[in-house]
Amino acid sequence: MSDWRYRLSEHRGTLLALAFFILMFAIYASNHPAGFTANVVQTAANKGALLALVAMAQTFVVLTAGIDLSVGMVFVLTNCLASWIVVGSPAMAGLGVVGVLLTGLLCGAINGAIVIYGRLQPIVTTIATGAVYFGIALALRPVPGGDVNSDLADAFTGRVLGVIPASLVALAAVVVVIWLPYRRSVIGRAAYAVGSSELAAYMSGVPVQAAKFFAYVMSGLIASMGGLFLTFITASGEASAANGGSYTLFSIAAVVLGGVSLFGGSGSAIGAIFGALMFRTIGDLMFVFDFDPLWQPLFQGVVLLAAVCLGSVRLFQIRNRLDLFE
Amino acid sequence: MEPAAIPLFRMEGVSKRYGGVKALEKADLTVEAGKIHAILGENGAGKSTLIKVMSGVVEPNEGRMLLDGREVKFAAPAAANQAGIVCIFQELSLIPDLSVADNISISNPPKRFGLIDRRAQRRIAEEALAKAGAEDLHPLTPVKDLPLSRRQMVEIAKALARNPRVLILDEATSALTAADVAKVFAVLKRLRAEGLALLYISHRMHEIAELADQCTVFRNGRNVASYRAGEKSDNEVVELMIGREYSHVFPAKPPLAPSDRPPMLEVRNLSWSDRLKDISLGVRAGEVVGLGGLDGQGQRELLLALFGVLRGVSGEILVDGAPASVSSPSAAKARKIGMALIPEDRKTEGLMLPMSVGVNLSFAALDRISSRGVIDRARERQLIDEMIELLAIRTDGVDIPVGSLSGGNQQKVVIAKWLMVKPRIILLNDPTRGIDVGTKAEIYQLLRKLAATGAAIVFYSTDYDELIGCCDRVLVLYDGAVKRVLVGDEITERALISSALNISTPGEGADMASAMSA
Repeated sequence: MSDWRYRLSEHRGTLLALAFFILMFAIYASNHPAGFTANVVQTAANKGALLALVAMAQTFVVLTAGIDLSVGMVFVLTNCLASWIVVGSPAMAGLGVVGVLLTGLLCGAINGAIVIYGRLQPIVTTIATGAVYFGIALALRPVPGGDVNSDLADAFTGRVLGVIPASLVALAAVVVVIWLPYRRSVIGRAAYAVGSSELAAYMSGVPVQAAKFFAYVMSGLIASMGGLFLTFITASGEASAANGGSYTLFSIAAVVLGGVSLFGGSGSAIGAIFGALMFRTIGDLMFVFDFDPLWQPLFQGVVLLAAVCLGSVRLFQIRNRLDLFE
Repeated sequence: MEPAAIPLFRMEGVSKRYGGVKALEKADLTVEAGKIHAILGENGAGKSTLIKVMSGVVEPNEGRMLLDGREVKFAAPAAANQAGIVCIFQELSLIPDLSVADNISISNPPKRFGLIDRRAQRRIAEEALAKAGAEDLHPLTPVKDLPLSRRQMVEIAKALARNPRVLILDEATSALTAADVAKVFAVLKRLRAEGLALLYISHRMHEIAELADQCTVFRNGRNVASYRAGEKSDNEVVELMIGREYSHVFPAKPPLAPSDRPPMLEVRNLSWSDRLKDISLGVRAGEVVGLGGLDGQGQRELLLALFGVLRGVSGEILVDGAPASVSSPSAAKARKIGMALIPEDRKTEGLMLPMSVGVNLSFAALDRISSRGVIDRARERQLIDEMIELLAIRTDGVDIPVGSLSGGNQQKVVIAKWLMVKPRIILLNDPTRGIDVGTKAEIYQLLRKLAATGAAIVFYSTDYDELIGCCDRVLVLYDGAVKRVLVGDEITERALISSALNISTPGEGADMASAMSA
């Protein structure tokens, strides 16, 4: 087999997610009453970018065979915080942005410290810390409100060169600046190794704990980027439990749709981004085809199940039943 | 005595205790550069702990280690690697989702601008694979797509890429094919010439005879003897290992069953994929039929096919002369067929390591000791005690996790678990791999006892001595087909090896032809 075949099979999940997303988006755009216009794309992109960021955050942890059920709450907390501090003069707002991102980083570091040094289960830990983060969000914004620096908000939610949604450019920047180097860094490699086989990773002298800790930290950081972005879109902060919960669950759905293995060790954040965009497009498809919104969760659930089934097609070809358990 | 040069590595008075169990007790070891040093001992003799201490996986309770005469302490495997001590573990240390190249430079990848340099990494991988004699492997293949024997070659390449000064091989050849073993041996001899110190742990005496310069025998956590290779006979060595006289390892064989007795298990024209080709065999009650040949010639697949694990098997399986539909392991286990398969990998296919000895023992037989879904605890307990006694399983009670038993005793639990279902047909997949001599002998006795009580036994082994000592008949497989059937006195090492390699030796051509046409 030549090199490109190996590379192709390595990125199969990501490419599949991309293909499905393009297919769905094409159906959506061609049936949209306004057609494939810059406006339609911009609106879809802004909504999609939110989930894409949270899904990307989730990917970091899932790759290490963990799970972060606090991503949605970090997302909500940083939204509330941003609605207080990303305001005023450009310099003040800039400092505010730094403050929001540091808060996300800190949330992730707390998760990581408890999971790794406290040796607790990721599921329980992040449910608990998520509740704490939500409590803080509620204290910050008992009722929805606040504001955001409008220049900054317009810059991130508008269009670049008149056609390209700025949110997608920002998303691409996050991928280029954070994900791609991470994937090729020693700590990123270590994260894949830990997720694939923690024992083998330890025996090979891989920095197991550092890799896991860093994954949680990155998860918190990227989730806070999502929270910041939500503030740009809504120009307010809201401590919504429903939002936090659904973003957490959707992030897991997006990760699966994007070809990331929940067992850890394989997949890519880029796949998770396409998974998120796909998941959003499903909702929009319902809208253009005039379905009752009541059906939306059900339909999304069915698509998710279908995607998971697609991922297990290989099971039907298996001739040795023991392989099922590998 | 020559003037003592400083040895490359020395261990003095090292002890390691796990709870109250002494795994190593004031052990001494001297390893010299340019030598292959074999470590022998039964399971539980302290070999694994010795390696773990040397390679930084566990820290010793007392004693010291010297590298080039300077004291060293390793807090983690990475520290030992740094110092030049690299171990190829029996339990593979490869990461399944990463590629061969990623795995080879996992602990210290080449970097450019702070990021992993994939091109350099690829070059390192190609060089290391070439050094290990596995240049046929593509560096970009994910490790999970490789068969076990190839993974072992990657493991060796990975160790070599770290430029070790002391290389430890723990049963490194147990998963390899004969061709790979030859390659690895050539590599090891070259490394010795280059001045590395090699520590070679193996249960295979002929490998040690071929490779080792120096041997040290461990028993009960202590080094009991050290000698130059060739100074002691195999029997002397085995006596040192087991601490008592070596005799009667194999039980006497009863006379062959009359050939007109109908077989209890009969297989006609079994084929599967391209791995099993038109296999026919019959096993009578009271017979032990061996499967021989090189590793990986379809023996494992044949057992899995009989036990209903494989899909798409063609051909017929008859039990007591009636066609049996063995569609799954639970169908095979059911009373009217009464089949049991003692698996090869006890850790994943045979036991639930964290669960208790008792739970593991009764798991396969639950349907026999329960009525309407409720387990009869008294009956369960009684059967468990019977089995522990029958197999002389050494355990501190039935409630301790089975993972805390020694390897040999774990394997006895696997066997006992299947005996509890009272099988009439027993399939064994290399059941003595990695087990100490004493336990092996007990297993051989047990096989004969079971056969004598009317069981039909199919026994796959990679160890020729076992096939010669235990079996009434041996089917030698080659490339998925039966190449030759050896009966009674025909089962000799020479016959086994020549037919395994699919070569005919002078004087044997005729009967091989007759076996083929039969």
